[in-house]
Amino acid sequence: MGSAAPRSASVLLLLLLLLLLRAEQPRGAELTFELPDNAKQCFHEEVEQGVKFSLDYQVITGGHYDVDCYVEDPQGNTIYRETKKQYDSFTYRAEVKGVYQFCFSNEFSTFSHKTVYFDFQVGDEPPILPDMGNRVTALTQMESACVTIHEALKTVIDSQTHYRLREAQDRARAEDLNSRVSYWSIGETIALFVVSFSQVGASGEGLRVLPLMAEGKWKPVCKDHRVRQEARESGEVPDLV
Amino acid sequence: MAGVGPGPLRAMGRQALLLLALCATGARGLYFHIGETEKRCFIEEIPDETMVIGNYRTQMWDKQKEVFLPSTPGLGMHVEVKDPDGKVVLSRQYGSEGRFTFTSHTPGDHQICLHSNSTRMALFAGGKLRVHLDIQVGEHANNYPEIAAKDKLTELQLRARQLLDQVEQIQKEQDYQRYREERFRLTSESTNQRVLWWSIAQTVILILTGIWQMRHLKSFFEAKKLV
Repeated sequence: MGSAAPRSASVLLLLLLLLLLRAEQPRGAELTFELPDNAKQCFHEEVEQGVKFSLDYQVITGGHYDVDCYVEDPQGNTIYRETKKQYDSFTYRAEVKGVYQFCFSNEFSTFSHKTVYFDFQVGDEPPILPDMGNRVTALTQMESACVTIHEALKTVIDSQTHYRLREAQDRARAEDLNSRVSYWSIGETIALFVVSFSQVGASGEGLRVLPLMAEGKWKPVCKDHRVRQEARESGEVPDLV
Repeated sequence: MAGVGPGPLRAMGRQALLLLALCATGARGLYFHIGETEKRCFIEEIPDETMVIGNYRTQMWDKQKEVFLPSTPGLGMHVEVKDPDGKVVLSRQYGSEGRFTFTSHTPGDHQICLHSNSTRMALFAGGKLRVHLDIQVGEHANNYPEIAAKDKLTELQLRARQLLDQVEQIQKEQDYQRYREERFRLTSESTNQRVLWWSIAQTVILILTGIWQMRHLKSFFEAKKLV
C-alpha cells in the first residue's frame, strides 16, 4: 500500500501535465471556403486567457472582392467589425477565457458568391519536440542558427502565400475579362446586324413619304388599314404602294 | 509493481480515463456548425506532390439538454476531395471522428467537401452538428516527434530535417507560381487577341453594312426618281 499512493500521484501528475500541454497547445487554422450570396458563416475557437490570437483574411474571387467580418468574445461583445473589406489583419490578446467566434458575411450581395481565405493563429509556435519546452540549458550556436533559419523560412512561406492569393485574385479577374470580351463582342455584332437591317427595313415606309411631304401632297393618317383604304378611295391620299 | 493491489490500480485507471476524456474534449481547435444535409466545401490551392491531412470530429446537438453531446457514435461524415480538373480523388464515408489524407498530383485548387448523411440527426438533433476541423498542408502535416522516433534523429538532425522540408515546400510553391504565371499570361494574351480581332471584325462589318445600306437606298431613290 505504501508505494501505491505516490505511484498513482505521479501518474495523475503526468496526466495533468499532458492536459495542461493540450490546453496550452498553440493552434492555427488556415482555410479557404466559399461563401454563397446572402449567407453568413461563422467559426469558433476556444482561446485561453492572456493568449494572443491573430486573424488574417482575404477575399479571393467574387463580386467586388469584399466581405463583412466581425469577431466576438465569449461574452458576446464585438471586438472587431469591418464592412466591405478586401483584406485585413486583426490581432488581439484574449482577456477572457472562452470560445471566440469570427464570422464572414456576404449578406449585402444579392448574386455574387465569394471565396474567402482566412488564417487564424492562436499563441506561439510549439517547440519541435514536446519535451523541449522545459529545457534548462541555452541553445547552442547550431541550434540558434537553425531557429533563425526556420523563422526566416516561415516569413518566406507567408510571403509566398500572400502572393499566391493576390495572383489568384488577378487571375480570376483576367479570366472574367476574357469571357466578358467574347460575350460583348458577339452581342455587339448581332446588335449591329439587327440595327442595320431594321433601319433599312423600317425606313422603306418612311422614305416613301418624304418626297410627297415636300410637295405637300401627303397628310398623315393613322395606320389602320381600313382608314387608309377609305382615304385612298376618296382620293385624298395618293397610293403609296 | 510490487505492493500495488487491485483496488488502487482500478482507481488509478478510472482517474486516468477521466483525465484522458477531459483531454479529448479539448482536442481539436476550430469548429463550425452545419445543418443536416448541408455541404461545406473548403478549397486548398496547393502545388503538386503535396500531402494534405485533415482531422475532424463531430458533435451532435441535444435538443432537450440544449448542449452539444461530447461524442456520438453512429454519426457519419462523407468526405469528397476533387482535384483541379474536377476528378474525384477521395470519396469516402468516415465515422463521427475521422482523419483523411490525400496527395495532390496536379497543382491547383483542390476542393474538400464535407457533408453529413446521417438520418439520426433529424430525429434527435434538431438539425445542428458541430464539426471540429483541422487541415494541415505540406510541411505542417509532418509530425516531427514521430519522425525523430522513427529515424532516431538527434535534436539537431531533426531541426535540419525540418528546414529541409520547409525549403522543399518553398521550391514546390515556386514551381507552382511559374505554372500559374504562364496560365495568367496565356489568358491575358488571349484577351488581347480577342479584343484586336473583334474590333477589326466589327469595323469591317460596320463599313460593309454601311455600303449595303447606301446601295439599297440609292437604288430605291433611283426607282422613285428622286436622284
